[in-house]
Order: sequence, then structure tokens, then C-alpha cells
Amino acid sequence: MQFGLSESQEFLKDSARKFFAGECPSAEMRRLMETDTAYDASLWSKLTDQGYTGIIFPEEYGGVGLGKVELMLLMEEAGRALLPGPFFSTVVLAGSVLDAVATPAHKTKYLAPICRGEVRATVAILEASANWNLRDIQLRATHGKLTGKKFFVSDAGIADFLIVVARDGVFVVNSKARGLKISPMSGMDLTRKLFVVEFSNTPAEQISTSSGLAHAFDIATAALAAELVGGMQRTLDITVEYAKTRKQFGKPIGMFQAVQHQCADMYLETESSRSAVYYAGWALEENSPDAATAVSIAKMYASDAARTVGNRGIQIHGGMGFTWENDVHLYYRRAKASETAFGDATFHRERIASIVIDPATGSATSA
Amino acid sequence: MDLNLTAEESAFRDELREWLASNIPKDWDEWREKPIEESFPYLRAWQRKLQEGRWAAASWPKEYGGRSATLMQQAIFWEEMARVEAPPMANSLGLGLIGPTIIAYGTEAQKKRYIPKILSAEEIWCQGFSEPNAGSDLAGLQTEARLDGDHYIVNGQKVWTSYGWVGDWCELVVRTDATAAKHKGLTVLLVDMKSPGVEVRPLRQMTGESEFNELFFRDVRVPVENILGKVNDGWNVAISTLMYERGSYGARLHLIFKRYITRLIELSRTIQRNGRPASEDPVIRQKLAQCSAEIEIMRFNQMRAFSRITAAGVPGPEGSIQKIFWSELNQRFQQIAQEILGPYGQLMAGDSHAIDKGLWSYGYLRTRGNTIEAGTSEVQRNIIGHFVLGLPRSY
Repeated sequence: MQFGLSESQEFLKDSARKFFAGECPSAEMRRLMETDTAYDASLWSKLTDQGYTGIIFPEEYGGVGLGKVELMLLMEEAGRALLPGPFFSTVVLAGSVLDAVATPAHKTKYLAPICRGEVRATVAILEASANWNLRDIQLRATHGKLTGKKFFVSDAGIADFLIVVARDGVFVVNSKARGLKISPMSGMDLTRKLFVVEFSNTPAEQISTSSGLAHAFDIATAALAAELVGGMQRTLDITVEYAKTRKQFGKPIGMFQAVQHQCADMYLETESSRSAVYYAGWALEENSPDAATAVSIAKMYASDAARTVGNRGIQIHGGMGFTWENDVHLYYRRAKASETAFGDATFHRERIASIVIDPATGSATSA
Repeated sequence: MDLNLTAEESAFRDELREWLASNIPKDWDEWREKPIEESFPYLRAWQRKLQEGRWAAASWPKEYGGRSATLMQQAIFWEEMARVEAPPMANSLGLGLIGPTIIAYGTEAQKKRYIPKILSAEEIWCQGFSEPNAGSDLAGLQTEARLDGDHYIVNGQKVWTSYGWVGDWCELVVRTDATAAKHKGLTVLLVDMKSPGVEVRPLRQMTGESEFNELFFRDVRVPVENILGKVNDGWNVAISTLMYERGSYGARLHLIFKRYITRLIELSRTIQRNGRPASEDPVIRQKLAQCSAEIEIMRFNQMRAFSRITAAGVPGPEGSIQKIFWSELNQRFQQIAQEILGPYGQLMAGDSHAIDKGLWSYGYLRTRGNTIEAGTSEVQRNIIGHFVLGLPRSY
């Protein structure tokens, strides 16, 4: 039994960290977050060259065929850099849904271009009720046409196609299809843009029933938690550095236990989230019977921890922490958006409860 | 990353399972509730039996009676012991902390003299570390040892000594040089508890029991050959013992916690809240789920720590998060139990209405000590702040 990273996993993580630090430093991230879509074509082609756009997908569709643990490591590093733009929506979310539910023909048509870095995509799930329980989805197709609204659709403004989760199946809608209206929502996280997507008699291609979606959403949920871990690590690093250099009463503030112990707690919360995320990645990869529970544990813990770590980080920075120029608030914004995405801690605690308290029924509510 | 057992790990587990199947005592339930003074001979016999199968100290090197078990194998050992609800071993400090320290720092003569009797539970060991004025600031301890020919004369007082009442030997930290900086003037002595001038008194704790003792040393003569390690190098020897304390304890906690929460969930199905079982109350469900999730995360953290220690060769200061995590989780867990049990939660052992014979009222009080014993949460946070994060020392 070995819970450490293998050499190749360490290598992937290190090279991802260096890649994001070089290609998407804080100044570039801030430039992109001020744009409408936070997308940059040249950054995207570099992500593709690294193999990141096909990281977990089969080689026959142009993917790299790595495992879920590797995906967690990549997303952790993307989260550390607060990577702006549609990577999560396109690769992790749309890619995993296609990988899980589509036929080989549909994979060739939609997944392969994602792996090759040729397209951007997203998945439209939530409706006005904004409830992550899939049973509450109301949208239906009538004779291959969709009419209705989806909310909180990440990166829809830059997507070439949208995967739409409807009551009667999973559909693909081309972003240029008639009767499709995409309008921005003004979310707290500036690096991952949200949109309202409105369909009126919009042609849609059905690619599947909805079976298999739960697994794809579990991958996306764990990947969001992995991003949160990276964000927590960066918040901790920035904060510790500040506590070592900022002086008050003639001493570095990190010498005061009231400050130091908060840093220690940030470390504990970050490391514990990381353990939970790595385990979830492994459980997903192995199709372990506790994979769904492991994902909920990771998302539940990381959602709460990221908010707490952000609170502590801003507090320790004092007035500086409350300024626009300090990056900590950008991580704090992402943490709030990711906390509510794919079920917040309360949602996942109930999902855990349904597994550990109600073993007789045992059926977990999927995200 | 591969969480499947290796072939060696599976073989280790299978051999242990097979041994336990034919050797686990059948009558432990009759003894478990009795005061430890009464059951102690039983626990000694159980440890002897384990050592006949070479299991009492699996982590020790083969030449000293162990199996040179890896950390993962040790984790498997404690999981299996918890799985069959095996009785504890009598000489737990000797096996877990003091024996390994003697193996690391002792002379050949000392190893030959002490190790076999630690393994056989013939000689029980205790630790003389904390003092009334030296708790978190352990290096400030005052018990003094003055050289007089080929003996040290020891005077002072120790507190919070587990197994003091039954201890044959004590790993005692004393000050041998009052003029040196406080960490530099300490020495570890191996003290025969039957020496004239040693007095052991029970220390009654807030649960009402006396798990711990106070030790008094008045002109106790200790031969110089009983120095463990080097004179005035006692801090390093003591720290090594404390590292074993943090490393070995976490492994067995996961299954113990899991057994308790399973029991609490079972109880929550029978206890009514607002006209339905507590297990259906959304607030209670949230709290139970949080707790079960954290018990799992404690296990993940532990497995990651083991892998890190295996790679690095030594336990590092990161181990402090384990201590904070389990102790604070245990306290939160006991509070959730109290919320579920309601007024019944307070009933102590002996009350005919008490649930699980007072297990939960005892647990609530006993876990209050968890964030204090074996290094307070504050000291653990100092260790993380300074040694892990590189912040300046706060003290």
C-alpha cells in the first residue's frame, strides 16, 4: 500500500506547476479575468500541446489515457494558478460526460476535437431551481427540439457546443443553433464565467439517455475539489510569506501565536483536503465501491476548508487582505463559486448520510 | 499511488489473521469491564501469548524479537487487532515507546538486560517526563540528578505517569547540568521503581479514575550504567520517544472511532426526535455525516503520512496534524453523541438507565483530555508553525 505519488505522478504535478507558473502567472490571470470569456487562444493551444486537453481520455480519441489521480494533480495545479477560462468546463466536465455516456460515433464527433484542443464546450445542468439533484431537472426535448432555460452554465459564452442534461436524455446543441440565446450572469468568480442559456425550439442531437452521468459528475466534482486544494495551498503560501515579512510591534506578525496558529490550521485544512481528494481520485480510478462516498467526502471537506482557509488568509493579511490588488480575494471568490457548484458541503453531507446511515436503501442521490 | 496491499502486506495480514483466529482469548468480555488492577495479570498473559507468536512488537527489528514490520504492516497489525476486538497489551509503553528508544540509544548490555522482559511483560515500563512545572515546556524540567561516585542521586517529582502504579522500570528524564542551556543539561535514566526513595501516588483525574500517577523521588540512587544514550543528550533521547508516541498511536484509532460511530448511528435509529428516529432528523444526519467523513479523512491523512515517513525514513513534524485532527475530532464526536442521547447522555456507569453502561458520559469527559495529553493542541500548532511552515518561533 502506497499513498504517496509515484515518480511519474510527481513529474506530472511538477511540470504542471511550472507550466502554469510560466504561462499563466498572476498578471495574465488578472488580464484574462477582465475579459468577457476569460479565454485565450494561445494559452489553449499550449494546454493542448501539454496533452492536458486529453489527459484522461482514451488514446483512440486522441487522449493521453492517464488516470483520475493524475487528473486530480493537474487540477490541483490549475487551481493553484487560478487558471481562467473554459478548461474545467470543456475537458473535465464536457469531456467526462461524453466519455461516460456517448456512443463511439459521438465520441469521435465531439470528444476527439476536445482532446485535439479544437473546440470549447460545457454542460448545462441547473435550471431556475438551482438544485443539484438531477431528479429535479424539468427541461424536455420535443421532436428533437429544446425549449426552456438553463442557469449557471459555466463558460457557455466561449463554447462551440453545449451538452444539455434534460429529463429525457443528454443532448448536444451547437452554439450557432437557431433559437439559442446565451447571456452572461455576473458571478463572484471572475475567472470562470457563468451564463444563462435559453432555448426556444432549438435543434438538439440526443447522444444518450442520462445513465452514466452520475459517474461523470463525480469526476467533475472531485476535480473541483482538487482545484480548491491548489487554491488553498496558494492562499497558505501567500499568507505565510506575508506573516514572515509584515512587521508590527517590531516583530514579524507570524511570531504571534494568534497568527501562527491560524496558519497551522490552514495547513491542516489544506493537507486534509488533499488527502481526501487524492483518495477520491484513486477510488474513481479503481471503481472502488466507496467511490461516490469518497467524492462526497472530498467535496464536502474541501468546500468548507477552502472558505475557512480564505477567511484566515484574508484576516492574517489585515487591511492588505481587503484590497483588490492582493490575490487572496480572487481565490476566495473561486472558493465560493466552487463550493456551490456540484453540491455544497450540506448537499454532500446528506449524500454521505444516505450511504452511512441508511444502508438498507443505500441508493445515493447523485449530484 | 496504489492503495492495494502488496504481496508481502497480504501475506503479513493473512498470517496474523490465522494466528488470531486460533489464539484470540474467548473470555475477554468477562474481563473488559473490570478495574485494570484486576485484569492486569490477564493482559500480561495475553501479551506473553502474542510474543510466543512473535507479534507483540512486530515493528521491532528481527534480532530484538520483532518482525521488522514496515509502517504499513504495523497499520495492518492494529487494524486486525481492532477488528477482532483484541485485549490491549499490558506493557504498551514498553512496547510502543520505550523499547524502541532503548533499541535506538541503548548499549548492548542494556538491550540484553531490558528488551526480553519488555517483550514478555515480565517488567512493565512507565515514563517520567512531565512535571508540575514542566508540561508543554518539557525542557524546563527540574528533577535533578547529582553524580555521587558511580551513582546518580535523583530528587524531584513527575506527574501524569501512565502505568506508574504497576511500573517496574521508568524512563526518567532528569537534569544533570543546571548550568547548561535548558535543552542541553538533560539526561535519560532507566530507574528501578523498587529503589528506595521512589513513591507512587494515584492522580485522580476529572473522570474520577486514576489512570495516571504522581511519582516522587527522594535521594533515589541510580547506577551510572543506567544512563540511556549520552550524559546531557537526554533531550534527543526523549524527543525520539515522543516521535514514536505520535507515530504509533494514530494507526489504531481509525477502527476504534469507526466502531463508536457505527454504534452511535445504531442508537440514533432507536432514539426519537420530534416524532421520528434521530437518524431521520436532518440536523443530526448532517452532524453524523460530517463526523464519519472526518474519520475517513483521518485514515487518509494517516496513510499519506506513513508513505511519507517510509520515503523519508523518519517521522517529521507534519505528524502534528494527526494529533490535532484526531483529538479535536474525538471531542466533536462525543458532543454529537451527547446531542443524540439527550438527558441520558449524562448518566454514568452504574446507573440502571445509562446507555451502553455509561460509555458515552465517560467518553465525553475522557476525550476532554485528548487535546492536552501527548502534546497540547497549542504545542502541536507551534510545531507546525515553526518547523513545517518556517514561521519564527513564538516562544
